[in-house]
Amino acid sequence: MTLAPASGNFALALDNITCTFVSRDDRSQRYTALRDTTLGVAPGEFVAVVGPTGCGKSTLLNIAAGLLEPSAGSVSVLGEPLAGLNTRAGYLFQTEALMPWRNALENVTAGLEFRGVDRQEYLAKADEWLRRVGLGDFGDRYPHQLSGGMRKRVSLAQTLILNPQILLMDEPFSALDVQTRQLMENELLELWSADRKSVVFITHDLEEAIALSDRVVVLSAGPEAHPLGEYRIELPRPRDVAEVRLTPRFLELHAEIWHAMKAEVLKGYAQQLQ
Amino acid sequence: MRSNSSSLSLRAWQLLLLAGLFVTWHVLAVPGIVPPIWFDNPHKAAFFFGEPLKVLGRIWNWFAGGDIYRHLWVTLVETMLAFVIGTVSGVAIGIWLALAPTASAIFDPYIKALNAMPRVILAPIFFVWFGLGIASKVALGVTLVFFIVFFNVYQGVREVSPVVLANARMLGASQKQLLRYVYLPSAMSWVFASLHNSVGLAFVGAVVGEYLGSAEGVGYLILQAEGVFDINTVFAGILVLTAFALVLDWVVTLAERRLMVWQPRSGETERI
Repeated sequence: MTLAPASGNFALALDNITCTFVSRDDRSQRYTALRDTTLGVAPGEFVAVVGPTGCGKSTLLNIAAGLLEPSAGSVSVLGEPLAGLNTRAGYLFQTEALMPWRNALENVTAGLEFRGVDRQEYLAKADEWLRRVGLGDFGDRYPHQLSGGMRKRVSLAQTLILNPQILLMDEPFSALDVQTRQLMENELLELWSADRKSVVFITHDLEEAIALSDRVVVLSAGPEAHPLGEYRIELPRPRDVAEVRLTPRFLELHAEIWHAMKAEVLKGYAQQLQ
Repeated sequence: MRSNSSSLSLRAWQLLLLAGLFVTWHVLAVPGIVPPIWFDNPHKAAFFFGEPLKVLGRIWNWFAGGDIYRHLWVTLVETMLAFVIGTVSGVAIGIWLALAPTASAIFDPYIKALNAMPRVILAPIFFVWFGLGIASKVALGVTLVFFIVFFNVYQGVREVSPVVLANARMLGASQKQLLRYVYLPSAMSWVFASLHNSVGLAFVGAVVGEYLGSAEGVGYLILQAEGVFDINTVFAGILVLTAFALVLDWVVTLAERRLMVWQPRSGETERI
């Protein structure tokens, strides 16, 4: 199915994306991760993409970021076709992405340094952002001296300090324990509500997807993954991710989407066992 | 942290071991203390192994008389030059080849061949090219240091985490900035891992070069003494070189602690 239009008012539009990987050693070995995938994200919209493991969710995000070129189809950002890296987007990676040789403050300032911003200015800004993510006193710590949750906060500050219009998040909290994760999710919602960036949030956790987003897109199991359906989440904001999970509407939505996903999850799991 | 008293007693044991070695050496080597065990003549042990007191006396004379400083200085200059030139060229070429797959594929067999070659045999060629002065020793040291640093940097750049790299690119780093802020620091951690090795080899290059032909340096002192069968001076030279190597190693450790603060040390806890 297609999720809306080739053009229109989208912050980020993926149009008929197909992505096939070819093995470097053996050209006949191919793997099509995504097939005919269309996804539009409106300005200020928080979209969660869920799908079974190995369904090409990260591929989708890498294409949106311009880190990966699609085999077919086009990407447009704020109405303009994307060529090269998506400079309007900030990317929050699933695994450790901080530079281990830079302390927290230097990691947060990195993007501004790359842009040639004045030192006084970026130090002041970074200080403010570290405080905003609750790490005001940890600027001089190196990544290995911080906990997993703290490192995620640094990553968040590192990305948000550049004020990207689009935020791409690849299972950013999947490595965290449940409590830390809920804290981070609430913080993310709070930061997001301040200026409503367009967000693509990849996760395999349906509860997380519903609790955070305006719209949940379900991807089929890979290979040749494609969107199976989308669900509007009209739960009122501001939300508390721990509390919203207990509301009847949340449970209804969960049941409905899970019903659609279940077969795909089992398919994805069966493929992993092969 | 180990408590102070146990670290003191460790030092005491280490010194005791050193003293024990010297006493054993003295007792076995100096004629007339114990009857000869292996040699037929009581003076032969001293001829082959020297006498510790005379060795220490020789060292004392060197430092008190000031003869040694010139030679130590020459050896130090050779070591440092070999180390710096070898490291800088190793880092530069290592980064270049790691980032240029085609060039790396072309040069690969040559680099392997050069690395496999026993490089000490280049010494005679360097003597012809650069003369008997400092330059030939530096050249020998560079050939030894270069490959250690080169392979480490090459590996270091190749193993930069792709996520860290992608993140830096998403944050807006240009190619040049990636080199400076990502590849170089990542490679430096590998260089530091090999620093103890490469300083040691720079030193080896200098001393072996001196030993094969020179007019100054600690290697030259040893060569001279060997020529007249002055075994005590040979041992004195060896002891001075060993102490000198330990000092260099210590300097490297200090530099490492200073520059590699970002690397986790095992079992590091915060001191309050």
